Amino acid sequence: MSRGFKSIETRHYEERDAFFAGLASVSRRSFLKLAGLSAGIALGKGLVTPHSFQLVEVAEAAERFTFAYISDTHLYPRTLNDRFVRAILKAVDDVNNLQPQPDFVLMGGDLAQLGRKQELDLGRQILKAVKAPVRMMVGEHDWFLDMGGYWKSLFGPENYSFDHKGVHFVTIMSVQEKDFWTERGMTPEQRMQTVAGLDNGVQSRFEVGEAGREWLKNDLAKADKKTPLVVFSHSPLYKYYRPWNFWTEDADEVQAILRPFEHVTVIHGHTHQLLTNRIDNIHFHGMLSTAWPWPYAPEGLPKLTIQQNRADPFDQFDGCGDGTVDVVESGLVNALYNLWDRNPVTVRASYVASDGAQEPPPRTKLPSY
Amino acid sequence: MTPKTTLALLALPALALGGLVLAQSRGGLPRHDAPPSPSGNLTVSLCDGETVAEVPGVKEGETPTAEQARAVADALMVEWRRKHPDAWDGEPERVAQALPHDGGAQGAPAAAERSKEGATTPGESAAHGGTAGGLPADPQGAVQEGHTYGAFSQRDERIWQAETERFVKEGHDVFHDAKAFGGTIGVSCDMCHPDAANTHPETYPKFQVQIGRVALLRDMINWCIQNPTRGKPLADDDPRLKAMEAYILAQRKGTALEFGKH
Repeated sequence: MSRGFKSIETRHYEERDAFFAGLASVSRRSFLKLAGLSAGIALGKGLVTPHSFQLVEVAEAAERFTFAYISDTHLYPRTLNDRFVRAILKAVDDVNNLQPQPDFVLMGGDLAQLGRKQELDLGRQILKAVKAPVRMMVGEHDWFLDMGGYWKSLFGPENYSFDHKGVHFVTIMSVQEKDFWTERGMTPEQRMQTVAGLDNGVQSRFEVGEAGREWLKNDLAKADKKTPLVVFSHSPLYKYYRPWNFWTEDADEVQAILRPFEHVTVIHGHTHQLLTNRIDNIHFHGMLSTAWPWPYAPEGLPKLTIQQNRADPFDQFDGCGDGTVDVVESGLVNALYNLWDRNPVTVRASYVASDGAQEPPPRTKLPSY
Repeated sequence: MTPKTTLALLALPALALGGLVLAQSRGGLPRHDAPPSPSGNLTVSLCDGETVAEVPGVKEGETPTAEQARAVADALMVEWRRKHPDAWDGEPERVAQALPHDGGAQGAPAAAERSKEGATTPGESAAHGGTAGGLPADPQGAVQEGHTYGAFSQRDERIWQAETERFVKEGHDVFHDAKAFGGTIGVSCDMCHPDAANTHPETYPKFQVQIGRVALLRDMINWCIQNPTRGKPLADDDPRLKAMEAYILAQRKGTALEFGKH
């Protein structure tokens, strides 16, 4: 095919892309004008306003930017398990095909299954194929073989922050555990294997820990309280279900550090499910795993959570996925769950901010047993 | 001879024959193999594993008549009584350890001890004067006794409970170890089913749409072993499969059965 020639189809898609790119770059002011105008016209005609143009949404409708995530890939060496490798490759394809491209891609932790060099190297190699910049977060599966030694040598410190388009981002290591291994005389492998078992009660509970909390306080001291704050943590920074470490033991202290900020969003991994919570002004969104979905815990599910349908065990990818997060004008986020082999679900900032009154996500047809 | 010992004696021949059948059919259990008779007659051993008698006129592999079976059981019993002349006199509880039925003196402290231990199985609360079935906590009057099947003590029940829990623990261990059930890609059951969550054993049997037929829990366990964990399916009587079933069922204790539910 010659370089100069473009088919009708190609031209159609180019025009379409340009149109949507143009929409995304509409400024907040002109968007308000447009929305107000369309509402006015609709009123004048005696029509019900189209849902997406209702004025109440305007505050969040303009997007500042979008980032994507891939999380909880749990890689074994390629020779042992190609199943999980296929899954992360699928996620990499997903984020590389996003149009427009996300500003960055967060790796939400648990890149490896048992923290081995081979596994982390494999993950690093695969993530190199991601076109957007990658931001790393550590999970307990990456950490407890050598207490983060190799992970840090590849990806840098486990706690870090950055500013992006007016939003302050913090990545905090929240899966520290009190020493349960020394008195039991465990080898590093046994320690890792214990932590890797979700229902293994021998391990202790996740925590940010005193040093982590100090680091967080110091980091946030520099930021203006009006700056929107987005926190990445591997475990949920609240208390959902203790026996499975869907839990952070010092969550109350951590929340107290975050609370002075006007708009706070926590994006967390570990739970492998559609999960929504709000505590005061702090919004929480769980990330999907590429490897397998966890069932919902038997108790403690936050009331704002609308469950995802039970996964089909006969479909490797069902209930798994990746996602994008739109940071909207209010400084909060719309979380899009890109569930593989089923329709995506968006949990909007307005849903969480209104305590479930507005724009609820679609309800589940197959709740957990 | 008291009526109680007479009943026990009548029950024993049946037990001895029952033990004979069991010893032949259940390979994994302890066996009391009677030594072969030089004459080729059928030999029968008592449940003590030592006392042996021949059945005259019946060759190994043949079935004795009811009369011949009764005769050999009686002979075994007589022999056992000869070896243990003092076994029952004055100590009937050695054979039939009936529950204490004199109410307060023995029953109440025992019940208090049990509740401290947190024993909560439905069988226990019913057997030990709980309120199951609307019975008073400490039933007044005599308890039916003198039968073999109901002759068990609190100690017996604890042993049974411990044995059951050990079996469940074996299932737990297999469930959490890919190598134990033959998974080949490092995936174990608990990775998708922590605490056996989302296994819903109470919904089987049910029509499993994806495999196009009615499935039992074990069919799904084997399906998972074959597919997500890429192992080979276990035989229906594989002790690992049985133990995993025990573990999964134990996690759902108290859940109403709803076979066929999706």
